[in-house]
Amino acid sequence: MTCLPEITPGQKKLGLVIDLDTCVGCQACATNCKEWNASGHSGPLPDTKPYSAGAEGVWFNRVHSYEAGEGERGRTVNFPRSCLHCETPDCVTVCPTGASYKRIEDGIVLVDHDLCIGCGLCAWACPYGAREMDEDEGVMKKCTLCIDRIYNTNIPEAQRQPACVLTCPTSARHFGDLGDPDSKVSKLVAERGGQPLMPELGYKPVNSYLPPRNRSSVAAKPDEAVPTPMDIKNPLLRWMDKVLTR
Amino acid sequence: MNPAPSIVFFTTASGAGYGLLFWLGLLRPLGLVPGQGLVALALALVLITAGLLSSTLHLGNPQRAWRAVSQWRSSWLSREGVAAILTYIPALLLGLALWVDAPALALIAGLLAAAGAVATVYCTGMIYASLKPIRQWHHPLVVPGYLALSAFSGAVLLAMLAAFAGGGAVPALLAVLTGAAALLLKRAYWQAIDSGPPIATIESATTLGFIGKVRQLDPPHTEQNYLLREMGFRIARKHAAKLRLIAQGAGFALPVLLALLAVLVGGTPAVLALTLGAVLAIGGLLIERWLMFAEATHTVMLYYRG
Ligand code: SF4
Ligand code: SF4
Repeated sequence: MTCLPEITPGQKKLGLVIDLDTCVGCQACATNCKEWNASGHSGPLPDTKPYSAGAEGVWFNRVHSYEAGEGERGRTVNFPRSCLHCETPDCVTVCPTGASYKRIEDGIVLVDHDLCIGCGLCAWACPYGAREMDEDEGVMKKCTLCIDRIYNTNIPEAQRQPACVLTCPTSARHFGDLGDPDSKVSKLVAERGGQPLMPELGYKPVNSYLPPRNRSSVAAKPDEAVPTPMDIKNPLLRWMDKVLTR
Repeated sequence: MNPAPSIVFFTTASGAGYGLLFWLGLLRPLGLVPGQGLVALALALVLITAGLLSSTLHLGNPQRAWRAVSQWRSSWLSREGVAAILTYIPALLLGLALWVDAPALALIAGLLAAAGAVATVYCTGMIYASLKPIRQWHHPLVVPGYLALSAFSGAVLLAMLAAFAGGGAVPALLAVLTGAAALLLKRAYWQAIDSGPPIATIESATTLGFIGKVRQLDPPHTEQNYLLREMGFRIARKHAAKLRLIAQGAGFALPVLLALLAVLVGGTPAVLALTLGAVLAIGGLLIERWLMFAEATHTVMLYYRG
């Protein structure tokens, strides 16, 4: 059924909270996502020409890098982009076959690969580019929030988290119930002022992005006059500089 | 957006087929179309069917296409499928009525087929008009545009067939009127999308606007992907401007003038003028439908291009 489940208060809304302050853009989340999802619920994921120029494939998570602002206030921000498991997503309602659906019990947006005809309309309807076509199988694929991990009783409880969250070396990714105001993730969003992406589109994303923290004071400027060891051409003087700096 | 040839052909061919079916269903029972009308009906059904088949080529799993009629409660694509299939029933009945010369049945089946044609084209338009991430499609003039282009191309074809069957100024006059209306509508649409504000910005897409202006530093991948191929297609402005002029001239203005000429002179010159007009109109529509895709932009490209 591609009609959306009714929104009831206190409903479970599983999703991710992504910290744009601490993400270092290492691509570990994207890589571990690909590794986990290449088998299981969504597997296999296509990779065409994997060992030559023109390599491409389906990934559920893509890590962009941006520069924001100018001068002292300006900074580099790494930006992972994946399905936001929106509350009112048109990617579900446009689907003609019922393959695309949103689960009532936890709000996860999934594709039933046995029903999908590969029309691509849901990818057009997603403002965030979260759906990529598996052109080998002719069906749409997308982030499942690791549905085959988070409820998997065959793996230790601590590991029942999405692959991207588990692998992030800076703990920039958090997973939990954003429908419960007392959950860890909801508190994090409240504390840090988490933001939705493109709220003007009206899809009500569940995933939230924590803004980069304001640096309280800008670090003192390096003193241009002081030569660095690289500037000292004479090897004897460079050695002296090294000894004296110790 | 990527102008997939199968979809461009589908909207042009099926659009013209439904337009032809609409006018035939409406005018034939009133006796305003010369001849039996069976040739026109056959042409309409061939165009519709060829278009629908071509649109299934675009699918990743065409053998499952039948599933697409199940979600008519929420999906315009599903509704289009239902409307398209249902329209075959009165269309075939109309054919039967014309064959055995049953005027009462022809009247009822004709009206129902005309209604089905309008409903199907309306659904097609709504598939595009309901997509919020694509500013140029999520526009109030898109559905009227689909209806007007379908009515125009159908009228042009009917006028040509009527001329072959020896007269009938009504279809040619309809071609003049709908052609002029479609041209005005298209011009208004182009003006609106050219001056329309963006629906979102790279700042709102990344939440980083509070820091300042946002620009891409590194792309997430160095090779192509599905998103870039499907949603990243865009056409250079200068080509768009030229193609718009060609579509307006060859696709609308010339066929309208030729139809007008045909009404005035009649006879064999009218047959020639209307045939040329039909060829030009369909060619122009192919360009216009291609532009409809090539000029459309998707919000996901904000992440890649700002
Ligand atoms: S991010 Fe895109 S694919 Fe995911 S729920 Fe929202 S609209 Fe659908
Ligand atoms: S590609 Fe599959 S999931 Fe997406 S709208 Fe089409 S049938 Fe539904």
